[in-house]
Amino acid sequence: MPKQTFILNGKPVTVNVNDDVRVLWVLRDLLGVTGPKYGCGINVCKACTSHINGKAFNPCAVRVGDLKPQDRLTTIEGLNETVGKDLHPMQKAWLDQDVSQCGYCQPGQIMAAVALVKKVRREGREIRDSDLDQIRNICRCGTYFRIREAIEQGARNMR
Amino acid sequence: MSLSSSDHAHSTPDTAATPAGLGRRSFLGYVMAGSTLVVAADLNLARPARAAIPSGVQIPELYDLEDLQTDSALPTSQLITVTINRDGTASFALPRAEVGQGILTSTTMILAEELDLPMSKVKVTLAKARPELLLNQLTGGSNSTFSTYTPIRVAGALARQRLLEAAAILFGTTADRLTTTGGVISDGLGNNATYGDLASDAASQVVEAVEVLLRPPSDFKVIGKPKDRLDARDAVTGKKKFTTDLDVPGALPTMVCRAPEHQGTPKRLKNRARILKMDGVTHVAIVPTGVAVRARTFGQCIDAIRAMDVEWNPGTASGESDSTILAKLRGQEIPLVVPNVPILAETVETNVAFAFRSSAALEPYAAIADVRDDKATIWAGLKVPILAQQRVAEAVGLRQDQVEVNVITSGGSFGHKLFGDHAIEAATISKAMGKPVKLMWHRADEPRQGRLHPMATTRVRATVLNGQVLSFEQRHTSVTTDFSHGLGEMITSQADELDPLGLGGLGFAESIFTLTQELPYNFGVLTQLLNEPLEFEDQFSTGSMRNIYSPDVCTSAELTIDQIAKKVGKDPLEFRLEFLKNERVKTALRKVAKEGNWGRKMPKGTAQGIAIHKEYKGCTAVLVEIDCRPQTVNRDLGKETVTGPRVTKVVIAVDAGLVINPRGLEAQMQGGAMDGIAMTLTSSCHLRDGKFLEASWDNYFYTRQWNVPKDMEIHIIKSDSDTPGGAGEAAVGSTAAAVACAYVRATGEIPKYFPINHGQISFKPKSFIPPVPPSPTNGLKLTR
Repeated sequence: MPKQTFILNGKPVTVNVNDDVRVLWVLRDLLGVTGPKYGCGINVCKACTSHINGKAFNPCAVRVGDLKPQDRLTTIEGLNETVGKDLHPMQKAWLDQDVSQCGYCQPGQIMAAVALVKKVRREGREIRDSDLDQIRNICRCGTYFRIREAIEQGARNMR
Repeated sequence: MSLSSSDHAHSTPDTAATPAGLGRRSFLGYVMAGSTLVVAADLNLARPARAAIPSGVQIPELYDLEDLQTDSALPTSQLITVTINRDGTASFALPRAEVGQGILTSTTMILAEELDLPMSKVKVTLAKARPELLLNQLTGGSNSTFSTYTPIRVAGALARQRLLEAAAILFGTTADRLTTTGGVISDGLGNNATYGDLASDAASQVVEAVEVLLRPPSDFKVIGKPKDRLDARDAVTGKKKFTTDLDVPGALPTMVCRAPEHQGTPKRLKNRARILKMDGVTHVAIVPTGVAVRARTFGQCIDAIRAMDVEWNPGTASGESDSTILAKLRGQEIPLVVPNVPILAETVETNVAFAFRSSAALEPYAAIADVRDDKATIWAGLKVPILAQQRVAEAVGLRQDQVEVNVITSGGSFGHKLFGDHAIEAATISKAMGKPVKLMWHRADEPRQGRLHPMATTRVRATVLNGQVLSFEQRHTSVTTDFSHGLGEMITSQADELDPLGLGGLGFAESIFTLTQELPYNFGVLTQLLNEPLEFEDQFSTGSMRNIYSPDVCTSAELTIDQIAKKVGKDPLEFRLEFLKNERVKTALRKVAKEGNWGRKMPKGTAQGIAIHKEYKGCTAVLVEIDCRPQTVNRDLGKETVTGPRVTKVVIAVDAGLVINPRGLEAQMQGGAMDGIAMTLTSSCHLRDGKFLEASWDNYFYTRQWNVPKDMEIHIIKSDSDTPGGAGEAAVGSTAAAVACAYVRATGEIPKYFPINHGQISFKPKSFIPPVPPSPTNGLKLTR
């Protein structure tokens, strides 16, 4: 069985699994990293949103064999370490706004929010309502309003 | 966001007599025998003084007479217990399910209040299935806080009283000279002891019944103050564990290949040997619901399902479609019979249909089962764990007491987790394979085979003369709602003011309908009747969906009320205020009208809508603004994205009785509003030739960020009630109705079908054979 190597939350990991298993299952079922959630398996609900080399991606839609050894994956479990703090400013904003209800979608929501702020900053601008409108992550509890408030707060503190 | 008055403290006279002969704040609790302090209260304290066993035919399924006789002999069978630990913490296992509604937080607040202990020292967990509690271990009907508030307070107050008595002996004084602060008891003279120090001294060797006085609401320091969720940090750091996150040894990922037709069953698997050879696959088993596969990863289960060649039996709705079911419902509508009204009276009628909807949460059905010869262990999100325990026992041929059911915090419920479908299926598969399994439904399974809110029609006919409403008749006709989870019994059992015989002649669902529907208007002869024709029984897998009948009934009633107002030339707000008979509802309605600036001039194609709903010992009023202009309706946000009209503003006023946690209540209102918007505008399932077309969130259009109002205000009304009302479902019906009313005012069209987009199918249905879509591989091209 092929050896799959990549960097997960700052540490190199190697897993014995066939190339075509999607990264979501490698993380959850083989490595026990359960922050990224399953909600659809077809890159629609975005509950598994994590980062690859600093950008948002959905591990349910990536074959583990397509990862390169130098690819840096960050899940919600490693988000705080990217800023060297207990909590990333976006997680802090989520707590301040008391966003979570059941909490199932929230790891993916936070990872998507952080990547969105970085993306608009790369474009040399700040978050607009139209950016928030295009976030596709589902929250079946309907906490969307507080999610928007938290992203605005989190963005202000991501400098 | 604004959060208005949230001071709910209203003291009640201590002298008012109760059936038990004690004052209204005075109750009996129990000190249990033990080496540390364990106190208890009767969970039936919140119930009316009548037998613990409610009437209803399905009780024996839950708990037979023999069990009853055994457990009735135990004086402590209906007790909940709070333990004071030697480390100074208090622990309590709540016999309810946390599904996101926040009851672990609110329960901690209630205990912290009566114990006078910091919330951080109160440890509340979810109780395992406790069959002796009967229906008192059911989470539903927005009832948890109402039903547990008093017993939990009694236990907390009694613990504090016992600790004070123990300290008094230790300090050589009397309890009334002592004070408690943050879990420390002091006499003001330098003597201090923590609850932990006193836990053993306060313990009892025998069970004692003790009278205890509850804290007057005017003294509340925790209850009524906004608190953040206790599990929030775990949720945002990825540490919060849901069922599929648990690591149970040997419980490998397991999924089921399901029939193309709704509730179809497997005949045979034609390529079993090939499937067993697939990468990662360990076991395959045919079970009543499909062909189960267990593998090293869920991804390999999906691959195996897609490779299976299965011969299927037809489902229970073979050949049926939305249109045929709707026609049958129409044929079963109870006739509207206009009462004897003057000949000059004018008639207003509405006639609308409501599509099937999926109650699935984001966390799909999931359960871990480890079934052995003499024992079964289950881990799952379950709102009625006792029922699941009993059904699992039946399914695997064990006694109920051989089945341990662990209740896991759920990733949402909305009615879905009232049933133990997932637990029963997991146990069946575990037994068939002889291995522990971690079962998860594929997303595609949920709308196609999971629980649905039934399709229904509602007809309303009102008669009007000289500005008065002489009659208002509503006839709700629905595909059968499955109440086999016990929620129905709970609702009927709580109708303490009603003689059960008064419901004689009504069927079970009809009784529940009667007990939950209340239209608080002075409309002369007012009747609301339900018919659930027997022909639909078992044809569909159904259940409640964030409320039972109310959202549909409320929407059609409020739409009709707008039409009556129009007929008599009155403004919708003015008309409602004139005819409403309940002051609490009027107060809520006035609040949203003022805060939402009712009647402001709006551009063409946009409008306001206003509606009310009264249920669960509380009420809500909702004002919305909707934008139905083409540039909004036709926004292009990519493929398979339903945009449509946008609700741009929601203002809710809620009177939920005594509020434990205003911040949690506000969250429930916000979430309920999103459900109401989805129900009226976007979310439904389409039945075609025995199959439901929807298979994922790109087909089933629950609200997304592009549907979210930019402006949302929740106002909590200071209530005259000193008991907590329901919150989880309260905003759904009134928001659904307000959005419908606003849509009609903006477009001039009264929809015949809800949600309004049900008429067009705006997606390409995914394959039925195989029943799950392929896992994409292009994720690295879509980084963002």
